[in-house]
Amino acid sequence: MKKCYFDHVATNPLHPEALEAMMPYLKEEFGNPLSIYEYGTRAKKAIEDAREKVAALVNSKPAEIIFTASGAEANNFALRGIALAKQNEGKHILVSRMEHHSILNSARFLEKSGFVVTYLSVDNKGNVDPAAVRKAITKDTVLISVTHASSEVGTIEPIKEIVKVAKEHNIIVHTDAVATTGNIPVDVKDLGVDLLSMAAHQFYGPKGAGALYVRQGLRIVPLIYGGIQETGRRAGTENVPAIVGMGKAAELAKKELQDRMAYLRPLRDRIIDTMAGVKNVFLTGDRENRLPGHVSFCVEFIEGEAMLLLLAAKGIFSASGSACSSKALKASPVLLSMGIPAGLAQGSLVFSLGSGNTPEDVDYLLEEFPPVIKRLRDMSPFAQGWGDSDKAGECKI
Amino acid sequence: MKFVENVKPDVTTDIVYMMCPMHLLKLQEQIKELEQGQILEIMTDYDGALEDIPAWCDKTGNEFLGMEETDDFYKFYIKKLTR
Repeated sequence: MKKCYFDHVATNPLHPEALEAMMPYLKEEFGNPLSIYEYGTRAKKAIEDAREKVAALVNSKPAEIIFTASGAEANNFALRGIALAKQNEGKHILVSRMEHHSILNSARFLEKSGFVVTYLSVDNKGNVDPAAVRKAITKDTVLISVTHASSEVGTIEPIKEIVKVAKEHNIIVHTDAVATTGNIPVDVKDLGVDLLSMAAHQFYGPKGAGALYVRQGLRIVPLIYGGIQETGRRAGTENVPAIVGMGKAAELAKKELQDRMAYLRPLRDRIIDTMAGVKNVFLTGDRENRLPGHVSFCVEFIEGEAMLLLLAAKGIFSASGSACSSKALKASPVLLSMGIPAGLAQGSLVFSLGSGNTPEDVDYLLEEFPPVIKRLRDMSPFAQGWGDSDKAGECKI
Repeated sequence: MKFVENVKPDVTTDIVYMMCPMHLLKLQEQIKELEQGQILEIMTDYDGALEDIPAWCDKTGNEFLGMEETDDFYKFYIKKLTR
């Protein structure tokens, strides 16, 4: 049976060249980067080389990159580290409702610790409005965190405009760029952000490696205390193979970025355009301003999980909402925040494409997906409708 | 402890929120970059530095000029005497 992997926002296969770069560090180059003899100095050099490559990908200085074990760790580090460092200046934080749980739950933790958090609403395409950011700012606001792009609906957020508003009030801005780094141009200077999170496996690097960009001169309280790794800001013996793999993947992403985007966009658009012909299937997120390989729908009258399983039986692998809300069988808070009715939000499905996908994969998906919808609708007790489809309004293709 | 005011440093290193032994490592690293006679300022909130930095200066033959306290952190001033 044909197998088509359309879940690249969940994770990506490791690039063969990244694996090759990692191999010596999984075998004979096992030294601890802190050791002062040759095993250590070679491992240290490998990390510093990787740091330069990651820095080049996001246009920062190498010293501004702190390696972490994941994008989620980078997000926790950013939110908690800045909130604690700035708490004497104010205890108010702004985050959007589009954020990943690593941001939302860090914000909830801070709320329990005495901070006040404002959750910014989004429009029906998932955009955070910079004017709403301006309105939410108080004299106590010390940090704003808005995702660069939602992996659930693919919308790319107006970070530059948000930064502009924040800087009028000297407020620090963090962006979760896990879904964007290595997939669209990400330039910390151009965006103007103070902190930015990324994860290697989102651009064909290994799992277990992420990074936080921290603008030079910005004070941050460490999340993990211990040794002097990462200049004392993130303790723990480094995952040298994963960091080396992240460096190689970053180098390749920088080199191939435009080609990768140019390859994915037409495949993405073909899925969107073709599915527009299927009744009561709504595109979620912004039609134009979205991740190059990202397609997300809400299919009315049926459940995302059911589609997921029937598609998987056909060898088509996709996702329903965010990974965590899918497992918890909860309506996605991201979709609800966009004003999508709870019933419709149950029928969400995300196809995320990667360089391994071919036009034939897309043909196969477009051939198999509509019959899956039909089969489930024929079984659905709601097939005659529950009458709120018109509420989806602007989400309609 | 020796307290000073209005010292004009040649180089400043901000390691606020970094714990032991970053104060000693940064001190060692930064002092190498200085010319003889130049002054290094280290900003840290690590209490151990109160004892460690003067002791380090004694041990390495550099001059501990003194420190200044702010609400959130300490500023240590070290004059490079070694070559």
